[in-house]
Amino acid sequence: MEKFRANLMLCAGTGCVASGTMKVKKALQEELRKRDLDEEIKIVLTGCNGYCAEGPVMAVYPDEVFYQKLTVEDIPKLVEEHFLKGRPYQKLMFKEPEKKTAIPMMKDIPFFKHQVLRVLRNKGLIDPEKIEEYIARDGYQAAAKALTQMTVEEIIKVVKDSGLRGRGGAGFPTGLKWEFASKVKSDVKFMLCNGDEGDPGAFMDRSVMEADPHSVIEGMIIGAKAIGAHHGYIYVRAEYPLAVKRLQIAIDQATEAGLLGKNILDTGFDFELEIYQGAGAFVCGEETALMRSIEGKRGMPRPRPPFPAHKGLWDKPSVLNNVETLAQIAPIIINGSEWYRSLGTEKSTGTKVFALTGAVNNVGLVEVPMGIPLRTIIYDIGGGIRKGRKYKSVQLGGPSGGCIPESLLDTPVTYEDIVATGAIVGSGGMVVMDDNTCMVGTAKFFLEFTADESCGKCTPCRVGTKILLDILTDITEGRGKEGDIETLQDLGRDIITTSLCGLGQTAPNPVLTTIKYFREEYESHIKDKWCKAGVCRNLVTFWIDEKLCKGCGACLRACPSKAIVGEKKKPHKIIQELCVHCRTCYETCKFKSIRILPAGYESGPSELVEVTATEGETTKGEA
Amino acid sequence: MPRLTIDDLRKIKEKHKADFTLREGGYRAKVTVHMGTCGIAAGARNVMTALMDEITKSNVNDVIVTTSGCAGLCAREPLATVEIMNKPPVKYCDLNDEKIREIFKEHVLGGNPVEKYALVVGSETTY
Ligand SMILES: Cc1cc2nc3c(=O)[nH]c(=O)nc-3n(C[C@H](O)[C@H](O)[C@H](O)COP(=O)(O)O)c2cc1C
Ligand code: FES
Repeated sequence: MEKFRANLMLCAGTGCVASGTMKVKKALQEELRKRDLDEEIKIVLTGCNGYCAEGPVMAVYPDEVFYQKLTVEDIPKLVEEHFLKGRPYQKLMFKEPEKKTAIPMMKDIPFFKHQVLRVLRNKGLIDPEKIEEYIARDGYQAAAKALTQMTVEEIIKVVKDSGLRGRGGAGFPTGLKWEFASKVKSDVKFMLCNGDEGDPGAFMDRSVMEADPHSVIEGMIIGAKAIGAHHGYIYVRAEYPLAVKRLQIAIDQATEAGLLGKNILDTGFDFELEIYQGAGAFVCGEETALMRSIEGKRGMPRPRPPFPAHKGLWDKPSVLNNVETLAQIAPIIINGSEWYRSLGTEKSTGTKVFALTGAVNNVGLVEVPMGIPLRTIIYDIGGGIRKGRKYKSVQLGGPSGGCIPESLLDTPVTYEDIVATGAIVGSGGMVVMDDNTCMVGTAKFFLEFTADESCGKCTPCRVGTKILLDILTDITEGRGKEGDIETLQDLGRDIITTSLCGLGQTAPNPVLTTIKYFREEYESHIKDKWCKAGVCRNLVTFWIDEKLCKGCGACLRACPSKAIVGEKKKPHKIIQELCVHCRTCYETCKFKSIRILPAGYESGPSELVEVTATEGETTKGEA
Repeated sequence: MPRLTIDDLRKIKEKHKADFTLREGGYRAKVTVHMGTCGIAAGARNVMTALMDEITKSNVNDVIVTTSGCAGLCAREPLATVEIMNKPPVKYCDLNDEKIREIFKEHVLGGNPVEKYALVVGSETTY
């Protein structure tokens, strides 16, 4: 067999492919061949590394050097410097946002340093389209152990003892769910995987399915044995074509190798697995709706009980688990429950993957022990707030979640502690917002989503979310009135208690948490017609502070509606009749001379001082 | 791929060990061939090729090979450094095809530094 002295792990996840992985690969191949290095150095295409924003990314082993933003033009120099002469190529190495020095080693990059990889154990380390590579990393050992050495009771016990809770949102104990289904008598049962991943901005499950599809399949085999199922489906949204492709390759390879299908590993156990592609409706991620969808019917939830453990897919006992939940199973079987519990807290054990996005310096996928404070994720892993701006809030749990203010940043990330804030851990979407964000607008954004995705079966959700959205729209457009906040709160609570499924039961969360922590912002929208973040166009006047303006002309040139006038080196002025409130001048000005004032503001500079003073105070009060 | 047995899982793992030693670390020995412009001119390429050939033939999985820039001693190129885990590194000079093969067998596999080709023992580690 041929031996290589280096492996180049080039990311071929959705993000990196979109930024040019395949072209880079071709250029690398050609360059290595040209320099006669192609028999010494191997290129391996991996799944998503979770660092998509800087893609295409590539890790070089054994050197452990991490390259980002590769381009075809850089390849000849890179190959000559690093692979021929052994000098890592500085230009393409990771650099810390504030500093300019290049950090070569993966383990020194803060983004990677604080992470603990269990679910993402094979991230960037294997070629997901080759089952041998998964097996080489102890793949299918857990399935072999569960099928040959463990009873159903033992499997359920170790998963129960591990404390693993469903990563799909609700956090229900996985072992318990398996036990319920296991105890129901039926000749046909189903083991199902939820790869719908409907939360906007979340991509944990996509990454796992792309980078390590066998880890999901292995978890399902073990679950199938635990509950006594011989058929299974992986439900993936059709918008994830690469995940579907990799899963299908994995299923085909596993079936050929006798790890799926009849008589797995000659143990007499049968388990057949299929992919079902969903059309990408948020509600189809809800378990009862998902099962209807697989049956070929319209994806709508139904009341529970009966729970799926008794009556699920085609009314047969079924277990549905999230992608990430299933990827946790194999290591638990191999290493035991104590090992799993060694990370996390008493009630929230192990690790959780988050999709960190928004106003932080390092966006991407992060796997951390549960119980770690939000602050560590945002400031140490995320590298703090972009462009030196101020933190305002972090949105956790997507449309079902809530916004957490600065005062609660030391909250440990556990199911209980996050729920106490009014948000939820949810599936792991984590959107960081800076002081340029309007919180009323944020609530409105999520309500637009849920009102749109509501399936319409139950009234509180269908009509309720629409009314919430109408009120929020009024507030952001300047038609807010006294009593709106109370109506939002009352109606929100009613929707939570009376909706049929989790969609309606959680949809008001973004509204309720923003009112709870940023009430003052709602009030200034309603009473003062003033969006202090300067986002809601009807509720703002942009005004140049003459004392600060240096007359540099940057805003004048940037203004798309030619609303700014002024002579060079003399304070400029905005002609209010022409201003379209697009914020461009505000973003452009280097001297912070653009003021965000209430709608309709027209007084002179003396009053300007007064208003800006109170603005300063309130901003402090919020933070 | 034929149907697998549990024993096959272990065999597949063994077969891919070399690649994963590279990716996961945990190697026993590391050989660094100095490939600066001077080294390449003096024949470092051939040394590298011979070394890779030996590794393939001997079928070891726990030895890794890297390159590095000029070692600062251009007159004695090609140079290579052999590091066995927890032992001081040894630098060899004036290498060629045969010498590196001998060093590989004696030092890397056998654990005995080849003194006649050695330049220094215990110099700085090169990463
Ligand atoms: C509206 C709605 C959308 C959901 N979307 C998803 C989803 O995209 N992925 C997921 O795993 N679970 C989703 N869930 C949760 C599932 O209903 C279910 O609890 C979960 O898949 C069970 O797996 P777990 O126990 O491993 O978390 C959603 C729930 C609701 C109410
Ligand atoms: S796709 Fe490459 S890091 Fe995500």
